[in-house]
Formats: sequence, structure tokens, C-alpha cells
Amino acid sequence: MIKLYRVSTSATRLLIAIFLIVAFLFPIYWMLTTALKPLRDTFAIPPVLIFQPTLEHFEAVFAEGAVLRSLRNSVVVSILTTVAALLLGVPAAYILARFEFRGKANLWFWIISNRFISPIVVALPFYLIARNLQILDSFIVLVLVYLTFSVPLVVWLCIDQFRAIPREVDEASYVDGANLWQTFVLVNLPLAIPGIVVSAILVFITSWNELLFALLLTRNEARTAPVEAANFMTGFGIRWGPMMATGALIALPVLIFSLIVSRNLIRGLTMGAVK
Amino acid sequence: MKQLAPILPKRSTLMRGVASKFSNINWPAFVLLAPAVIALFVVGIYPLLFALDVSIRQYQLTKPYLGTPYVGFQNYISVIGDVLFWQALLRTALFFVLTVPLQVILGILISLFLDTLNNKYLSYLLRIILVLPIAITPTVIGLVGRLLFNRDFGFINFLLSLIGVDPIPWLGEPLPAMLTIALVDIWQWTPFITLVALSGLTLIPNDILEAGQLDAGRGWHFFRSIQLPYLLPGLTAVLILRTADILKLFDMVFVLTRGGPGVSTELVSLYVQRIGFRVFDMGVASAQAILLLILCIVLSRAYIRFFYREVQV
Repeated sequence: MIKLYRVSTSATRLLIAIFLIVAFLFPIYWMLTTALKPLRDTFAIPPVLIFQPTLEHFEAVFAEGAVLRSLRNSVVVSILTTVAALLLGVPAAYILARFEFRGKANLWFWIISNRFISPIVVALPFYLIARNLQILDSFIVLVLVYLTFSVPLVVWLCIDQFRAIPREVDEASYVDGANLWQTFVLVNLPLAIPGIVVSAILVFITSWNELLFALLLTRNEARTAPVEAANFMTGFGIRWGPMMATGALIALPVLIFSLIVSRNLIRGLTMGAVK
Repeated sequence: MKQLAPILPKRSTLMRGVASKFSNINWPAFVLLAPAVIALFVVGIYPLLFALDVSIRQYQLTKPYLGTPYVGFQNYISVIGDVLFWQALLRTALFFVLTVPLQVILGILISLFLDTLNNKYLSYLLRIILVLPIAITPTVIGLVGRLLFNRDFGFINFLLSLIGVDPIPWLGEPLPAMLTIALVDIWQWTPFITLVALSGLTLIPNDILEAGQLDAGRGWHFFRSIQLPYLLPGLTAVLILRTADILKLFDMVFVLTRGGPGVSTELVSLYVQRIGFRVFDMGVASAQAILLLILCIVLSRAYIRFFYREVQV
């Protein structure tokens, strides 16, 4: 009796687990298969699960070149943003974690509250300012506007990391004659690598995925991949195959990357909420 | 900026080392902190001040001959009297009600399920898979949604046809369109709540778990008295983060429905975007943005008050 019950619960569990896996993976699976299906199979009812895969949609996308260029732009913007956000945010996080000064609570509060500001609020004036400065449609304007969310993210995650390093480590370093910068760079930075990596991953993915700013602040030259993908929705007759191929080209790097760093990613995602 | 000035080390030994006689500013520390503050000031505060200025001007990009004269609070008055603006906010609130409660319930259920799953590999696999919806580009998810929710050949309608439901024009009618963006949001963000809840569950010390199990078994009572207290902090944080995220939400909805049909899925950021970049009335759009900003600030204050009251800053 008891044994039977056990078997049935573990079977139910297995079923639930399989259901969850399918439910969360299906849209991604469907995107990939549609990108590889001949067009007529996309419209087939009932949907075809077995088909002759083709690379024609990818070839069409590559032939046009615009998507490839937008992917290159996305890589450049995301890397520049990540580097800039780390260079600005990590030292600031260290100081905020280690020193007391007047107005610190307000400063910290201000930095963190940037995370709650709706991008459209920033995008409107940014558009007008960039237009006046004639830097619309450039990498620099995107990197600058991406700092509004990436620096707070880095500060938020790295403060915790630096707080976790005991103060005694700093004191020992000062006793050895090191100054503040040496203590920061040579002693604290190596110990803070895990937190820095987590924040770099989150900044990179967020920049890679960003649409609103890129849509409003770029035209052709600096157009990023999500904007290019959103463009498939304009005009008559949606080209499903190339559209899904483009989607796959944008999403796959992020998906593979996040699988590789999933442990770090989970840590970063839950840290902001649980801490 | 003045409040920033005296950066004093906590320990006096430190202070003797780095603070000079003629100033109590710790320059080496100041130099490490200042770039981030200046950068955020330039890209974060200055544009907001600029928006504040634009919001009290007449500022129509398509009519440059009108100039940009100050018009006082006229833009604000027209926003406050604008039914469409309030409807967009209400719609955003409705979207919140449609998504967040379900996400929280499903998120907790899945986390409890994963917590008791003895199969290590399966549990590990599921955890990894949960990361994917959160990480995937929302724009791409919007495109996939177009395909899955297509009335004629979408997979969702195919599944429904198996149980005898007639094709639903998901993206063609107001209520189904709202449900579509809500379903996609639930798919994308339930995993986030699951992961947060899961990390709350792992905080419960083993002896408390064992004692509780002896006491209450593993049913509802066990959940409420042992597990829930550990979940609450994370869940409240999630609630406020989700609120902010939904006020920001743009990309997935923009690609999936463009706010349509009509304005039935036009959430507040899509509406402000349309006024600014389709109608090109920057004055009114900026006034809307400033009002939205005030809402965001109130929310973020609530968040940080609530969460960081014990944490020493």
C-alpha cells in the first residue's frame, strides 16, 4: 500500500517536472524550429513536428546584412556599457561599503532609486539633448543612456560583495604600508571577483536585450539587434522564417551564455530581491 | 554635491593615514567615488531637469515654426484632464492584477515542488531552465508570441482546438490581446519569483525544518508556520520590483501588440512613447513622464523604506 503510494507520487512528480520543462522551453523550441522549417510547414495545421530542416531563412538573413550589422552593434554597445559600468560602479561600491560620510544614506538611496525610474522618462529628454548635440544614432549615446541602469546595478550588487570582505583585510593592508588605492586594487578587487562577475553578466544581458532606448535613439548606423528584430513587425506580410531566424540569432547567444553562468545569474537575480 | 565632501574613514587609524591636515576630505576615496556620482548626475539627473523644463513649454517637434515658448502648467493640466492617460495607467494596473498574483502563487508552488524534488538531476535541470525565460530578449519573446498566438496557425489555438475550442483571435480583440500579453509576462516572470522563493526556502535552518516536520507534518500548517516566514521578505521585494518593472514594461508589448488593437493593450510607457515619438508633442509627453517619475519615486521610497530599514547604510 505504502509502496504503491510512493510510486504514484514519484510518477506524478516526474510528470509535473516534465510539464514544467516543456512549458518553459516550448516557446524557445518553437522559435528555433520555425527558423529551420520550410515556410509552408510554418502554416501547417496540425503543426508539423517532424520536418526537413533548412537553412534558407538564416541564409536570407545573412544575405541582407542588416541583421549581422545590428548584431555587431549590439556586441560593441553591450561590451562598452559593461566595461564603463564596472569602471565607474565598482570603485564607488567599494567606497560606499567601507567609508562613512555625511549624506551617504541619501547618495546611496539616490543611486539605487535609479533602478525604479521608467526608461521612457529618461528617453524623452535624452532624445532631445542628443538631437541638439547631434549624437543621435551613435554608440556613445547608447552607452551613456545605458549607464542609467547599469551603474546602479553594479553598485547594488558590488556593495554587498565588498561588505562581505572583512575590514581586517584592509587594516592588515594599511599596516603593511599600502595606501587606499593599493588596498582597493591589490587586496579587495581579487576577493570581490565573484560579485563583479555577477554584475557584469547582468549588465551585459540587460544591455543586449534593451529595446526602448535603442529604438528611440538610433536610426541606421548604431541600430542594435532588438530594434532590427522589432522592425520585422512593420510593413505588409510578416516574413516568419527570417523573423524567427533573427530572433534565434539574438536570443541564442544570451541563452547559451546564461546556461553557462546560470549559477552566477541566479545569484545575481535573487540577491537584489532577497538581500 | 556638497554633502558628499567629507569622506571620513570609520576608523581613526585610517584617518591619520590618509586625511591631510588642511582638509578633512579623504581625496583618494573621493576620487574613487566621484566618477560614478558625476556620471549618474550627467546621465540621470540632468535629463530629468531638462524634461522638467520641456514639460512647461510648448514643444512640438513637427511644428518648429511655433518655437518653444513657456506655457506654465498648461501641459500638466492637459495631461491631468487627459482621459487616455488615466486609462493607460488603469490598464497598467489591470495588467498588474492579471499577472503578479498568479506569478506569486505559481512561483511559490513551483519552488515548493522543486524544494521537495529528490531527483537531484531533475531539480538541477529545472533550476537552469528557469533562468532562460528571464534572460531571453523580451523583443524576441514578443515575436515568438506573435507566432504562437496567431489566430490561424498559432500553436495555442491548435492546442485549444484539441479540446474543441474555436480559434480565438488573440491579437485581434481587446480582451484576448490583454490576456495574451499577461500570459507571456507570466511565462517570463514566474521563474524569477520561483528562484527568489527557492533561495528563501534554502535559508531555513535544518533543525527548524525537522522540528517543524515532527510537529506539523508537511501540509498547509507547515508551510504557513515554518516556510512562509522565510519567503515573505523575498516576496515583498519581488512585489515591489514587479510593480516597477510593469510601470517600465515596453519591449515585449510593443512588439507583440503595439498597444493594440486600438489602445487596448497600451500600457503607460507605450502611451508616453506614442505621444512623444508618434505625435511628437514633447511638452505633453514630458509632463506625462514627470508625473510617471513621481510615481516611480514614491514607489522606490516605499521599497527602500520597507526593505532596508534594518540594513545599515
